Amino acid sequence: MCTYITEKASIFGSAKGPEGWFRVDTANVYFDHPFHAPLDHSLNIDFVNEAAGSPTRVAVEISAESARDLVEKILAALAAGEASHTAGESPAAG
Amino acid sequence: MAYRGMLAENVTVRGHGGDVIEAYYARPLGAAPVPGIVVIHHAPGWDEWTFEIVRRLAHHGYAAISPHLYHRHGPGSFDDMAARARAAGGMNDAQVMGDVQGSIEFLRNQTYASGKIGVIGFCSGGRHTVLAASQLKGIDAAVDCWGGGILPSERFPVSENRPVPPIQLTEHLSAPLLGIFGNDDQSPSPAEVDQHEEALKRAGKSYEFHRYDGAGHAFFCWERPAYRQEQAVDAWTKVFAFYERYLSTADVPAGAAVS
Repeated sequence: MCTYITEKASIFGSAKGPEGWFRVDTANVYFDHPFHAPLDHSLNIDFVNEAAGSPTRVAVEISAESARDLVEKILAALAAGEASHTAGESPAAG
Repeated sequence: MAYRGMLAENVTVRGHGGDVIEAYYARPLGAAPVPGIVVIHHAPGWDEWTFEIVRRLAHHGYAAISPHLYHRHGPGSFDDMAARARAAGGMNDAQVMGDVQGSIEFLRNQTYASGKIGVIGFCSGGRHTVLAASQLKGIDAAVDCWGGGILPSERFPVSENRPVPPIQLTEHLSAPLLGIFGNDDQSPSPAEVDQHEEALKRAGKSYEFHRYDGAGHAFFCWERPAYRQEQAVDAWTKVFAFYERYLSTADVPAGAAVS
């Protein structure tokens, strides 16, 4: 089915589109029909700068299974990365 | 040898609020009067599939036009505009009705217009078709292809953009209605289609529903996994028979012979 149900995440960072890097402040996340991925429904994420009027976006369409795996990998990367960077910054590290 | 030809091009229409918006238009070539059909595109946007529908209708003898309902969210590709529209809360019913009305006027103003007007919509466009046939004047035949949100639901709550569920306007439906649905669809679900049908019966409206087993949402869309060839071919025959019945006049039979 098609709906307008959309989860909005306020984010801080940058994305790289066809014209280079740009600042992003919002990720629009929704589960609906894709435009390109060969799926009936996909988990879609649009990274945009809403404050600038969303002149461009970085768009991703992945399967529900991929999205769940991605969530786990994001959390794992954060946990491992933050831990290693914190250890590296510790004055006690040898 | 008989000649067949069509003109297909981008045009503009004056839509809601007097805004000039782009539209895709196709018509059979020749001076003979032809009926007009407004094509209301689906939520994914004003895409190539929609243009193919417009040309298909022209091939069958109709002047067909599809207004770009996301025009105001430009510039960019059609999917970028659809994404902006989604982020902004989706289509606004009053604005869509204004754009459809402007498209009806465009069709009526052509020198070769027969005076008969049909509407067809897909997905959100199906819902808009029911709205248009309930709120606008001058529509002679309406075709709703798998329009969800006829009834209020969690997926389609009442909102500022969509304040009135179409089912609440059933008494005002002023055109015969053809509905095309897949029984595997979740929006509209078979139960929702049942409720819509009950409302139409209670109100004594002219309608015919065709529901297809083994098909879900968007089963006409050949470029999607949802495409169902056998069901789509049969449903298109229903659409063209419906338009021939209701868009013909004594002098101008609707629908070109397709050999």
